Parts: sequence; C-alpha cells; structure tokens
Amino acid sequence: MSQNGASKSIEIKNIDIYYGPKLAVKDVSLPIYTNKITAFIGPSGCGKSTVLRSINRMNDLIPGARVEGEILYKGENLYASNIDPVEVRRRIGMVFQKPNPFPKSIYDNVAYGPRLLGVTKKSVLDEIVELSLKQAFIWDEVKGDLKKSGLALSGGQQQRLCIARTLAVEPEIILMDEPCSALDPIATQRIEELMRELVHNYTIVIVTHNMQQATRVSDYTAFYSIRKEGTDAQEKRWGVLVEYNQTQKLFEQPEQSETADYISGRFG
Amino acid sequence: MAAQVTYMPDDAGYRKQLAARQNAGYRWQLFFLGATLVGLVVLVVLLLSILNQTFGLIAVRQKIDPATLTNGRAMTELSAVELSDILETNLSKGKLQGAFLTLVTGTDIDRGKLGTEPLGDLLPTLVFAEGLGAKKFTELTPEDLGQIIADNTSQDVLVNYVNREVVGREVLQNWSLIDSLFNRAAIEQLVKDKAEGKGFSNTLTAAQLDEQKAAFASAHLEMHSWLSGEFLNEPNSTVASDAGIRGGLIGTLWVISLTMLFATPLGVGAAIYLEEYAKDGIFARNAFLKRVNAIIETNIRNLAGVPSIIYGLLGLALFARLLLPLTSGAIFGVENGRGNTILSASLTLALLILPVIIINAQEAIRAVPRSIREGSYGMGATKWQTVSRQVLPAAIPGIMTGIILSLSRAVGETAPLVVIGAAVFLSKDPNGPFQPFTTLPIQIFNWTEQPSDQFRAAAAAGIIVLLAMLLVLNASAIILRQRFSRRLQG
Repeated sequence: MSQNGASKSIEIKNIDIYYGPKLAVKDVSLPIYTNKITAFIGPSGCGKSTVLRSINRMNDLIPGARVEGEILYKGENLYASNIDPVEVRRRIGMVFQKPNPFPKSIYDNVAYGPRLLGVTKKSVLDEIVELSLKQAFIWDEVKGDLKKSGLALSGGQQQRLCIARTLAVEPEIILMDEPCSALDPIATQRIEELMRELVHNYTIVIVTHNMQQATRVSDYTAFYSIRKEGTDAQEKRWGVLVEYNQTQKLFEQPEQSETADYISGRFG
Repeated sequence: MAAQVTYMPDDAGYRKQLAARQNAGYRWQLFFLGATLVGLVVLVVLLLSILNQTFGLIAVRQKIDPATLTNGRAMTELSAVELSDILETNLSKGKLQGAFLTLVTGTDIDRGKLGTEPLGDLLPTLVFAEGLGAKKFTELTPEDLGQIIADNTSQDVLVNYVNREVVGREVLQNWSLIDSLFNRAAIEQLVKDKAEGKGFSNTLTAAQLDEQKAAFASAHLEMHSWLSGEFLNEPNSTVASDAGIRGGLIGTLWVISLTMLFATPLGVGAAIYLEEYAKDGIFARNAFLKRVNAIIETNIRNLAGVPSIIYGLLGLALFARLLLPLTSGAIFGVENGRGNTILSASLTLALLILPVIIINAQEAIRAVPRSIREGSYGMGATKWQTVSRQVLPAAIPGIMTGIILSLSRAVGETAPLVVIGAAVFLSKDPNGPFQPFTTLPIQIFNWTEQPSDQFRAAAAAGIIVLLAMLLVLNASAIILRQRFSRRLQG
C-alpha cells in the first residue's frame, strides 16, 4: 500500500522476537516509508521498543535475544547470515530514551562516528562536526566551546547532541526510542521541530508514550498491545501489532476497538 | 458498627516508643564512633612506637679520639685522599689489604687470581694511577693500596670505614626516643654504673666483663637517628649500626616493577575477555560454556582468598624449580644456576595479585553504563572499538584502584618470598631479573629476629622506609588515576 507515492525504506515481515525462551513480540509486519516519521505507540510492555531495536539489530547486544522472520532493507534481509550488524547500525542510527553523550568533549562526541569509520583529517572532521551540529539545531548554542564536556549540557541539549552525533555518520534511517521522555516540554518541542526538519532528508521511526506527540509529529502510526495466556504465576505475555495506518486515520477512525479504547484513554 | 480498630500506638505510647527508637539509634552511633576511635588510636600508637624505636640515644665507644687523627677537623670535611692516608698510617699492611678487598674489589672477583694476574686485567673498571694496574695484588705496597683506595672509593664510604676500623667506633647500647627524652638522667647513671661493672648479666666471664667495663668507661651518649642517608645507602651488615636497607630497597623496586609488568596486562586482559567476550555469542547460547564460565569466575574469586604462602609453594615448585632454565636466566645465557631469583619472585607475586586485579577490573568494566556501550554500538562501532574507545577509558579509574590495592599487597608480601628462597645478606646489589633478591619486608623480618636491641631499631627504621615507599607508590598511582578520570570528564 504505497500511499502518496512514498517508497518503502524498511519492510518488517512476520517477525517474532524472543528473549531466551520467552516470546516477547509475535508476528509483527509493517512497512516503514522513506522520508516519513513512523510512530510506535502502545502500553508498557507491548514490545514497541523491542521491535524498534530489532530494526538496527541492537537486540543482538542482549544475550539470548533472537529474531525470527525477515526485516528487509533495500530488498536485503538484515538478519541474513552475511550481514554484519555493525554495518546495519551505521546505516540505521539510533537515539536513546535517556540522553547518553559519551564522557568526552562535544567535538569528540560528534567526531566519534566518523573516526570509527576512519576519518582522521582534522579539516574534514571540523566540517562534519559543524554540519551535524547545525542539522541538529544545536550549533549556535555550543559553537563557542566545542571542547566542553558533552555531559555539561542540559538534558535537551544533550539529546540534540546525541542526534547530531547520529547524523555525523550519515545514516539513512534514524530510530528514536522515546527521545523526549526525559525532557521538559520546551526541550521536547525543540526535538519535535528538529524531527520535522530532519524528515526531509531522513526516515525516522519513533517510539513514544505520548499520543499527542505521535499525532503532532508522525505520518504513520503503529499501535501495539499485549496478549496474555495462562494465569498468574504461569502467565505468558507478548506484544502484537494491533493496527497500523496513517496517523490521522488511526487516530480519527481506528479500525480496531482496542485502538479506539487506547487512544481515547480507556486503558494503558 | 464496631469501633474503628487501630493497630498503631496512642499518642503517649507513640512518644515513649519514639524515644526508645531514637535511643537505639544513638547507641549504635556511639558504637560506630567508638570503632572509629579505636582504629585511630591503634594507628597512632603504631606510628608512635615505630618512631619511638627509630630515634634515640646511643652509647658510643671510640678507641681513639677522632680529633687526634684529623688535627681537630671534622671527619666529614676530609677528602678521600686524606682519609686513605689515615688508613695507611693507622692500619697494618694486612688490614690495609682487607680494606682494599672490602672497599675496592667487592666480592665479584675470583680472589684466587689476585696473586697471579695484574690488577688492571682483573678489575678493568677501576681507576689505577700510573703503573699500578700492571702490578699484582700481592706486590702492592701500603702506599699503593692507599692510592688505589683513594682513587676508587667515595668519601662518605671512607668516613664510615675510618670510623669503624681506626677510631673503633662501636655502638654499645641504644634507648628508645621516649626514654632518651624523659629519662636521660637514668640512662647516664646506667652508663656510669656499667663502667663500674654493675648491671651486667652474671654469665659474662671476667675477661668479657673487663672489656665491657672499659668500653662503657670510654663511651659517650649521643642522639642518633637510625633512619639516615647511610641507612638507605648501605648494604646489610652483621653490625646493627652499620646495617643498611639498600639491598632490600633495590630488591623491592625490581620485584614490584616486574610483578606489575607481568600482572597488569594479564589481569586486565583476562578481565576484558571475561566481561566483554565470554558473555555473548556462543557463550550465551551454550549451557556447557556458560557453566564453565561461571566456574572460572567463582574460582578466580576463591583464588583471591588463597593464603599467600601457598602461592609461595607454587612459585617454588613451578618457577624456582620446574622453570629453572627460565628463571635462572640459563636460556638467556646467564649462568648462575639458581632459581630463587628476582624473576621467580616477580612471577610468584604476579600470580598472587592476578585475581585481585582481575576482579577489580571486571567490576570496573561492568560498572560502565550500558547507555555508553549502546551509544557506541548504535553509531556503528565494532566490539573492539567500543571496548577500546569507550569501555576501557571509562573503566580505567576502577582498574587502577585494583592495581593500587594489589600493588600495596605485593610490596608487603613476605611469606611467599621466604618460601621461594629470598636472600637476607646480599653481597652485591641486584641489577637484573636473574639475580638473587631480598626485599624490604624480608630484611625487616630478619632484623626483628636478631637478639640485639639495636637491630630492632634498624627494623623500625626499615619499617619507615617501607611505609614511605608504599605511600609514594600509592600516591603516584592515585595521581595517575585522577588524571585519567579528569581527562574523561573532558
């Protein structure tokens, strides 16, 4: 279903995600459109972050985590045996829930990625750092003191620094795992503006707890929920994708009653 | 409806009970304060008792008044030539030859060759005045001996030698600092009594008693610090007042440097592997490997608690005996055939502190926040890039803490070194890994075993040297650690 002529950047096909023997997410399929913002919403424990982290194989870092099914990127399965997760993560960048600048200077934070890829020339690094910080709307605030520790910035600035850092390796897709949950409303607003700006050049997937945020920034929304089986001690819970649609349609005319209940605040 | 049931005490009861609760807290607080004070007091007493033994009065006997030798000048003002002249005029030829052997040749040479080969060939590193190098040892006149001694011996060593051999300076008895300061009159009286033959053990023969009486009669009291430049710079001796810590100091520096050289890379390397590599991939999926891992980790922790003497036995069997060709330096062309070398000691101590370094480094690596790792991986860093550029720099302060702790432990370790076969008397300074060794604690331990009180004073001075050295090592490690962590904060 290619709406507005947008092309698919990622195609998630029937993935099940396990942590050890435990099923965490079952049978999720959805497309991610190029140069659009896709929001994942749903109650706590529904697996939205798990799906997000499986897109750039961050789940590989958790011992025992396993993904079954296919995630296609440019027609290639990211979980094929010949794919190196390091390459995947450089193409599909990630911004985390809690701002996590490295304990280094602002400059070194942004130059970290390019240096990993072997860029050593000072003039080139200078240019990358300036460009990335400008793209992340933080250049004007820090240009005077790039030697300052990234940890000395405010929470909102730290998060924008992390975004700049991600942009520096020129990814095509940026995954954001509740990027505003640790920020105040003003910092949140700045990040949202930044996302609307970045989406002209990047594809963005964002996990959010905040439904208003989903309506404000996203083009598409996927609603996840929890399924249970068994009782009390032996209860098994896993996440499923309930509904996926254009954001406006999902919020105004949800097809599933569960979606309607959630967005109207009746549960979750 | 029944009256509302309350399980909480009423106001009066509550107040009373609150006071009891607070009092229980105060009692514990008092106990904690007491514990701290006891610790402090013990520490202060320990330091004072060491200082008390290090300084104090000594009774010194001199056979000749040094002023008559030096025309009234102080001994320390004389040049090496003047001092060797004193030796020449006051010692017999035999004693002068003895002085030559002690001061100049040392124990390195084959004394059998002294009568057959020219000195210049036998001792190529020495300075010889014209013609003397061609002579054999037995051909030297007293003037020749004095000349060579003056040319090859430092002034302060000569001062000591003249004091001992010519002046006949001998320390008869020593007193603690507190006695010296507050009981001086009693000490003076004691010396006078002894000069009259009172206060000696009745096991002395008449001849011994006479000798002691004469000695105390000519003795004078002087304030003495057992810790001095000479103490640091002199080798061990059978005479307490001449004994120095130099051999132990150099030995400790050698052993500790090599120990750290071996233990740090091995310990940190093992910790990185166990924390970063042995936890995922095949290790996470295979139950057997997981189990092996857990067993290894538990055993490293157990090894940290193994008594050090057991490491000594291991070191003796493994390094000093089994790996003799390595530890004696035979495979490097050094031929002394002994396994109780600096290398054996360092390897043993390295084994001893390895678990401590591994455990601390593991804790430090584990404490690096997940978010930093994720941030790095999320940028497309490989595992090694993440470990080397993020995890290790962040973990270095913690790793350094472990190294500092283990360093202190290794410096003070005595038992395993005794087992390996540490020397007590070294004829020359250790100058390489394949040399026999002694260390500060071993030297101190040996002195405390001697019957003479004077050696106890020397041991106290040795303890101060050991403590000072620990302090310097720890301080430099801490400064290093702080610099690392400051660099991290940007």
